[in-house]
Amino acid sequence: MAVNTDKNSYTVIFAAVMVVIVGSLLAFFASSLSEKIQENERLEKQQNILYAMGVNENEDEGSVNFVSTDKVAGEFEKYITEQLVIEGDKITKDDNAYLIDLKKQETEAKAGKTRKLPLFIGEKDGSKYYIIPMRGKGLWDAIWGFVALDNNLVVKGVYFDHKGETPGLGANIKQRYFMDDFTGESILNGTEYAGIAVAKGNNDPTNEIKDDNEVDALAGATITGNGLSAMIKESVNLYKSYLESIRVKN
Amino acid sequence: MALLSKKDTSLILDPLADNNPITIQVLGICSALAITAELKASIVMALSVMFVLGMGNVVISLMRNIIPSKIRIIVQLVVVAALVIMVDQVLKAFAYELSKTLSVFVGLIITNCIIMGRFEAFALANGPWRSFLDGIGNSAGYGLILIIIGFFRELLGSGTLLGFKVLGDPIEKTGLYAIGYENNGFMLLSPMALIVVGLIIWVQRSRNKALIEEN
Repeated sequence: MAVNTDKNSYTVIFAAVMVVIVGSLLAFFASSLSEKIQENERLEKQQNILYAMGVNENEDEGSVNFVSTDKVAGEFEKYITEQLVIEGDKITKDDNAYLIDLKKQETEAKAGKTRKLPLFIGEKDGSKYYIIPMRGKGLWDAIWGFVALDNNLVVKGVYFDHKGETPGLGANIKQRYFMDDFTGESILNGTEYAGIAVAKGNNDPTNEIKDDNEVDALAGATITGNGLSAMIKESVNLYKSYLESIRVKN
Repeated sequence: MALLSKKDTSLILDPLADNNPITIQVLGICSALAITAELKASIVMALSVMFVLGMGNVVISLMRNIIPSKIRIIVQLVVVAALVIMVDQVLKAFAYELSKTLSVFVGLIITNCIIMGRFEAFALANGPWRSFLDGIGNSAGYGLILIIIGFFRELLGSGTLLGFKVLGDPIEKTGLYAIGYENNGFMLLSPMALIVVGLIIWVQRSRNKALIEEN
C-alpha cells in the first residue's frame, strides 16, 4: 500500500509521532542516566576542590591528574575539615556546602536576596587552606574555578575549568602551566582586594615576580583571560569580610 | 561475494581524496576552522562526526520512504540532534572525562553542513548499508583534513603534538628553541586554518588537474 506522503494530514501526523517517539526516547535516556551523571559531577567537584589545595596525583611537569574517582570521597573527608556557608553576616557550617550551585546564587542575588557563599577550609601538613569557589564568563560560555588561599591571602593553588572555551586557546586555562603560575601570587595589593589579573604585556612571562597581582596571559585568549581576571576580582571581593577576619595583619 | 562491491568501495574512498567534503565540496569549513588548534580536538571531532554521520545516514535511509518531503529538513535536524544528545548523555554517565573534552563539539556536530548535506544528497535516495558506507567515507574525508590541519597548527603554533613537547621547551630553551626557533602564534588563530585549507586545496588540485573548475 502506497502512502501519499505529500498530504497535509500525513505530514502533521508524521511530525506528531516523530516528536513523541524522539521526546520519550530522550526523556528515557535522561532520567535513567541522570543519577549516574549527578554522581560524576559531585565527584568531579570534590576532585577540583582537592586539586586547588594541592591534593592530586600530579607527577610530571605537564598534566593535571586528580585524585582518582574511587578514592576522592575519602580524601575529601580527610582533607576538607570544614565547609562554611556565608550568608550576609551569618556563617553556618554545612557539610554539603560544596553542592551549592553558584549560578543559582548569582540569580538570587540579582533578585535582591542575600546569596549563599560556600567556602571550604582544608588542612594539609599542618597548614590551613581557604578555598573559594568562583564562577564567571569566558568568551563562549561559563568559566569557573577554585582558588586556595592561606591566611596571608597568598594563593596556594588554583583549579580553573570552562564549559566551551576554544580548544588550544581559551581552553588552556585548565592547563598546568597556566594554573601553576598563580601559586604564590597575593590577591591583595596593599590593602585592596585586587585579585589576580591575567596580563598580556607584563614583561614577566616566566612569572618570577610574585607581588604584581599578575600572571602571564595566554596568546589568542584575550577575552577568556579578561573574564578570568574579572571573576577572581569579583569573587574575592564577595568574600572580603570573611577574608578580612582570617587575614594575618602585620 | 566480497563484502564491499567496487561501487561500495568508491563510496568510502572517493570522499577521502577526489570528492573530499572539505576541499572539494567546501562543506564543514566552520568546524574545520574552529577546533583545529589542537590535534587531539581534531581527532575527537573526527570520530564524533563519524559516529553521528554513520548512524544518522542509516536512520534517515531507513525512513526515506515515509518522510514527508515538506518537512524533511526538520526531520533530519531532529535525527541529528537526538543522536548527539543521546551520545552526550551516555558519555556523561559512563565516560565523564571524555565527555568533558567533547562537550564543546556537540553543538558543532549538529550544525555541521556535511551531515545535513549527506542526509539530503545521499541517505534520502539510497539504502541503509550504502548510506552507512557513504557516511563513514565522508566523515573520514572530513576527519582526514581536520587531522592534517590540526597537526600543522599545533606543531607550528604551540610546538607540541597531542600535548607532547616535540620541539623542546620554549621557556627553558631546549631542543629547537635553543637555536632561536620561535612558535608562530598566528597558527593558533582561525584565519590560519583557512590558509592551511587553501594550501591543501592548492596541492590537491595541482596534482589532479581534473579537479580544476573551468571558468
